[in-house]
Amino acid sequence: MSTKNYSATAEVAHVRTRRTWLHRMWLGLKKAPLTAWFGLIVILGYLFCMIFADLIAPHGEAEVFAIPYAPWSEEHRLGTDHLGRDILSRLIFGARNTVGIALLTTLLSFAIGGGLGLVAAINRSWLDQILSRFVDILLAIPSLIFALMLLAVFGSSVLNLIIIIAVLDSTRVFRLTRAVALNVVVMDYVEAARLRGEKLGWIMRREILPNIMPPLVAEFGLRFSFVFLTIAALSFLGLGIQPPTADWGTMVRELSTFINYLNYDLRLGLLAFIPGSAIALLTVAVNFVVDWFLHQTSGLRDEH
Amino acid sequence: MSTKSDLLLDMRGIKIEGFSDERWHPIIKGVDLQLHRGEVLGLIGESGAGKSTLGLAAMGFARPGCRITDGQILFDGRDLKPMKESEKRKLWGSRMAYVAQSAAASFNPAHRLIDQTIEASLIKGLKSQNEAKADAVELYRALQLPDPGSIGFRYPHQVSGGQLQRVMTAMAMATRPDLIIFDEPTTALDVTTQVEVLLAMRNIVEQFGTAAIYITHDLAVVAQMADRIKVLRYGEQVEEAETRRMLEAPQEDYTKSLWSVRSIQKPEETSEDYVLTLDGVDAGYTRSLKVLKNVNIKVPRGRTVAVVGESGSGKSTTARVITGLLPPSAGSVRFNGEPLPAALKDRSLDQLREIQMIYQMADTAMNPRQTVGEIIGRPLEFYHGMSGRKKEERITDLLRMIELDDSFADRLPSELSGGQKQRICIARALAAEPDVIICDEVTSALDQIVQEGILNLLLNLQEKFGISYIFITHDIATVKAISDEIVIMFQGEVVEQGLKSEILAPPHPDYTQLLLSSVPEMDPDWLDTLVTERS
Repeated sequence: MSTKNYSATAEVAHVRTRRTWLHRMWLGLKKAPLTAWFGLIVILGYLFCMIFADLIAPHGEAEVFAIPYAPWSEEHRLGTDHLGRDILSRLIFGARNTVGIALLTTLLSFAIGGGLGLVAAINRSWLDQILSRFVDILLAIPSLIFALMLLAVFGSSVLNLIIIIAVLDSTRVFRLTRAVALNVVVMDYVEAARLRGEKLGWIMRREILPNIMPPLVAEFGLRFSFVFLTIAALSFLGLGIQPPTADWGTMVRELSTFINYLNYDLRLGLLAFIPGSAIALLTVAVNFVVDWFLHQTSGLRDEH
Repeated sequence: MSTKSDLLLDMRGIKIEGFSDERWHPIIKGVDLQLHRGEVLGLIGESGAGKSTLGLAAMGFARPGCRITDGQILFDGRDLKPMKESEKRKLWGSRMAYVAQSAAASFNPAHRLIDQTIEASLIKGLKSQNEAKADAVELYRALQLPDPGSIGFRYPHQVSGGQLQRVMTAMAMATRPDLIIFDEPTTALDVTTQVEVLLAMRNIVEQFGTAAIYITHDLAVVAQMADRIKVLRYGEQVEEAETRRMLEAPQEDYTKSLWSVRSIQKPEETSEDYVLTLDGVDAGYTRSLKVLKNVNIKVPRGRTVAVVGESGSGKSTTARVITGLLPPSAGSVRFNGEPLPAALKDRSLDQLREIQMIYQMADTAMNPRQTVGEIIGRPLEFYHGMSGRKKEERITDLLRMIELDDSFADRLPSELSGGQKQRICIARALAAEPDVIICDEVTSALDQIVQEGILNLLLNLQEKFGISYIFITHDIATVKAISDEIVIMFQGEVVEQGLKSEILAPPHPDYTQLLLSSVPEMDPDWLDTLVTERS
């Protein structure tokens, strides 16, 4: 090849095979370890319960039956609680409430923390300093105790619960987003966008966000687990989701009184473990999936 | 030399594959390589030709995601390919060493240089700590490092890039290996520094009779270093010959095209109509330290002004002042006769549009998550309010202008070659329809042929649209090829500005002389001649 017939189109580049989004996902899943598969299946199961709770649950969420403390039977698979409500139904509706509220809270905390983190990373001046120091102050206070205090002050409605936990949790999202965004902000393409005169919103959304998605998605999974546990803990303490709304944290507290009867009736005594394990299982499953996802995107793998 | 008959490395039928996109792709497709004791072999080829992969394979090493599938690697009579990792480790760092391109990234910033230099000797138990340290000082002296007795007690960030590269050579030499692989060791250095490093490396390799594989894409450099040259392309050998014979009579067309001295010849023209002027500009990143001191530059309309100087001379800072990223502390920038607001945020959309920038590293200048169509399309929407069909058509037009076709519009930057990436960056600048384009070292990361293609393209576009270029570079060959006027900068000041013919013709100020004479030439005796002249 001489310079005369040199052609730019002919330069060798590594063009990837065009694959649909679904196909790429399937290729990734094929190589996923068993733990990730387990996690995915469990999460899908929970989602199914959440969405179709009305159809699967044998009874209503707060429907009260004549006999409290009813034993396991055809009618009530897991018996009834101290007010005569069907435990299985409450467990299924609990998925919708506990998981749904945790999801909303996590989304809100990412909107707040992620947004401010990006602004701080791009701005890098007094605003960054103010936000970062404010976050440091919030992080210095134990979050569960802080949440308890705020809930006591503002009252424990679902809305307050979501806002308070989201704000407290957004501090961690802020730190992560700011840290990973800082690596992207120094890239020439961000400078090019600035020179073009692009507004802050465009630079955040189009130039930086797509390039920091993998760590954020992984963090989303982890934060979801923590938020979920915090809400369950608050409900257990009586300040979270309020009755008659079914919720696993509240259920653990209510059913935990049966532990005293463990010597007389094993099944009754262990009832509190059922919502407890529902909480544990989801947390473990989410962590498995996050682990796999992090490994996929972190560059820790040996792929060139 | 009689020792050269002694075969040290004998690689036959080497095949290497790399894994990506769910498949194994061939990288090296059956290459033979022989190296005798004390001999220096130059491996050249464009990026992606498999030079580094082959160089590493000479040590029996395959990068993560790569595998050596076929062939044998006989090092001093032992086959490395079937050897266990633990066996190979005994050879690595003691009988074979590797000098990487980026010295700054290869040193541990937390340890002193001398501790890193002698690390291999200590681990292999070749020398005692004191012997090794004394030896390291000797090596520093042999490599002409300043103050060899104490430079080792500094940390990596306390020495310059050229010095660091020489310390790395000392590190490789510490165990007196039989074989050293130099992987583009001077590519990241300035021409003035490169000369010193080349000289030091060549001397020490000769002094200890070490065999070396010197990987580079710079022909003039390899001409100084190598006894023999092997040309690679697409993972296959194109040609191999003794350096002199290769330079005088290359056989293959491809090699000839590499050897042909840059064919672009542009008659210089000037103009009294200045599109951009910098008047007494001072600028700096902190209040106390001025990076630019009283800089005056005039850019004639439709012409090319090359800004030349070594790193740290203030070339890129000048660009930042013009673009508005760094408001000057004194002086003014005038555009089309009118003063340009100092800060980016005070400039109007039109003023932003008129001055565009093309970066050195096309890789980092394009968002990896946007397709070519989105990258080129954005300035069209943003400045010209185009959308839909009209925008699509304009994108196709622009792709044609940069000699690509519309099939590129839905590719991601990672799916482009280095030259294609830089072309897309040019298209993005063109899309704005600017008066001035600042080109910051746009060709320095590219191979010879690709560079020439890009420069030709830039010149054609200039002729067609009357765009003025500010061409920041340290490559004198590029400057000769395309500029009308030259500005020479040194330590934040303009040494000279004038027509190309005036600046390049002697007599020169001292600094210009040093800069011009440091540019390697395609003559194997160039380095020797230079050394005699300077001493």
